[in-house]
Amino acid sequence: MNIKTLFKSKAEVYTTVTLAALVLVVLPLLLPIFRLNLFGKYLTFGFVGVGLVLLWGRCGILSLGQGVFFGLGGYCMAMFLKLEASDPISTKIQSTPGIPDFMDWNQITKLPWFWEPFKSFPFAMAAILVIPTLVAFGIGWAMFRRRVGGVYFAIITQAIALIISLGIDGNQGYTGGRNGITDLRTLLGMDIRSNVSQYIIYYISALLLFACILFGKYIINSRMGRVLVAIRDREDRVRFSGYDVAMCRSFVFALAALFSGIGGAMFVLQVGFMSPSLIGIVPSIEMVIFAAVGGRLSVIGAVYGVLIVNLGKTTFSEAFPELWLFLMGGTFIAVVMFFPDGLAGLTEPGGPLSKLWQKWGARLLPGLARRIAENHSSTATTTVLAEKTALNEVTNATK
Amino acid sequence: MSTEKDFLLYIEGLGVSFDGFKAVDGFNFYLNTNTVHVIIGPNGAGKTTVLDLICGKTKATDGSVKFKGSEIRGLKEHEIVRAGIGRKFQNPSIYENLTVLENLEISHPKGRGVFGCLVFQRTPDVVERIQSVAKDIGLQDRLDTEAGVLSHGQKQWLEIGMLLMQNPELLMLDEPVAGMSVREREETAQLIRKISKERSVIVIEHDMEFVKEIADRVTVMHLGKILAEGSMEHVQHDPKVIEVYIGH
Repeated sequence: MNIKTLFKSKAEVYTTVTLAALVLVVLPLLLPIFRLNLFGKYLTFGFVGVGLVLLWGRCGILSLGQGVFFGLGGYCMAMFLKLEASDPISTKIQSTPGIPDFMDWNQITKLPWFWEPFKSFPFAMAAILVIPTLVAFGIGWAMFRRRVGGVYFAIITQAIALIISLGIDGNQGYTGGRNGITDLRTLLGMDIRSNVSQYIIYYISALLLFACILFGKYIINSRMGRVLVAIRDREDRVRFSGYDVAMCRSFVFALAALFSGIGGAMFVLQVGFMSPSLIGIVPSIEMVIFAAVGGRLSVIGAVYGVLIVNLGKTTFSEAFPELWLFLMGGTFIAVVMFFPDGLAGLTEPGGPLSKLWQKWGARLLPGLARRIAENHSSTATTTVLAEKTALNEVTNATK
Repeated sequence: MSTEKDFLLYIEGLGVSFDGFKAVDGFNFYLNTNTVHVIIGPNGAGKTTVLDLICGKTKATDGSVKFKGSEIRGLKEHEIVRAGIGRKFQNPSIYENLTVLENLEISHPKGRGVFGCLVFQRTPDVVERIQSVAKDIGLQDRLDTEAGVLSHGQKQWLEIGMLLMQNPELLMLDEPVAGMSVREREETAQLIRKISKERSVIVIEHDMEFVKEIADRVTVMHLGKILAEGSMEHVQHDPKVIEVYIGH
């Protein structure tokens, strides 16, 4: 696999490299650790955004329940951390030492069976990846096989988000209830709240996010990507080209859940808690808005969307807490009405930004424009040449 | 006496009813290899429904459909396609946002599973197959054109081309020349004659001139039942057929 299969246009390369430079170099150098940690939290929503691009933008499946999978991944991580924090010595003032504090408050005297395996680190890591994926595949397969789609699918995922958040809320003794699982301290003995580990965790999430972005790009440019778009636009034709449409849809739903689950786990490591307020309807819809603002067709665009909306959220909600929701709603409506492809749509060839450039930039900076144009044409020639050589090689190989 | 094994497609007693209304009833149909078999009949005769029943889009309530001797009734749509039956819809049904090449490529039968889709590569033999099909359907110069900008006739051919990519043994075409110009009709007739050398084709058509040109055998349907079957010459002079077409 070469770079060309991952990036279709130059604009895509620029936006990806810019994001990488920003996330991996500029921000860690500029921001104090508190702000960087906040930014790291936004990055974890980026995982959900990448999943939504594949699921919603490419395959046309609108899920209003991605918070569920974010939460499942997060809870798997939080359960492991909570058990590590609840060793018998630090919990010796409880009536039952060695179990999480909220269980003790709820008169539970024995660790429930489904908590037991989360004492193991490898199990917890596997669970973060496997549980959201399997749950999504099960839900997806049950619905897509019955040809449930569109608005009905969105409503059902929303209902699932509500059911799960209420279920966690209502079982305080087993799940920590509305407060969630809090007071997480160490990961395998490393204090997750120290500055050094905050940096380490930030870089791990950033690198995992880029891995997800590249995998998402690979899928979009593979045959699977074209099949997903084809399913979105002409489901019947795909079925009668011999594809199992329900299986393809379940696959992409499970993949989006896998990404969300990883995001949830990284969220817990950076923020230090997990609660049902991140699972329910509101956060699930917010995640869709992030993706829509950034551009639901472009994985990199969606990540920009997540970062920009969250930055706005933090800035504005610090200044005007009561107006923030109106502003976010207004942004969503404006994006849907004026830029249906989101911010990513602006940078595409033929998009508003390149038109603006052609109209004004070329006039104001004629020399620069000419040079860019020359550069473009020379690289274009090289690409054509490279393609020709590749084609020759292929033909020779067949001979 | 021929048995079901001798036919490519062997349908007996096929029927479907929607809330008691029998759209197709007691449909018997025997198709040889390398034959063009045309189904004609007035509107509402159940022609399209028959194709839907064969390809699994509509589930039959009675009867049996045997393809190459094995029962395909009850299989899922994609399983029927993979068994070797291709279906073209009445309205051109292509991926407008993809190029002609991508449209054909997506129909290539290699890598139709989830994993197959992820590792599929545009290898030289795939490209070769795309080019040979594109030549058959007269779109060899339009490979990089976005399919949405093709003319109506070209879209119809592209869809036929997408089916040819699957190399099916049976091709079912629902009104392939609807909305085509006279010249396009002639070219489509040639195309159908050509592709039927290696496979059987079932065609639904209204245009009698076109039917005469392509049909090896004709079945006339009326109100969900078979009214007459035989050569075009034969059915044209069948009094029942004349009654149905002229008597209304």
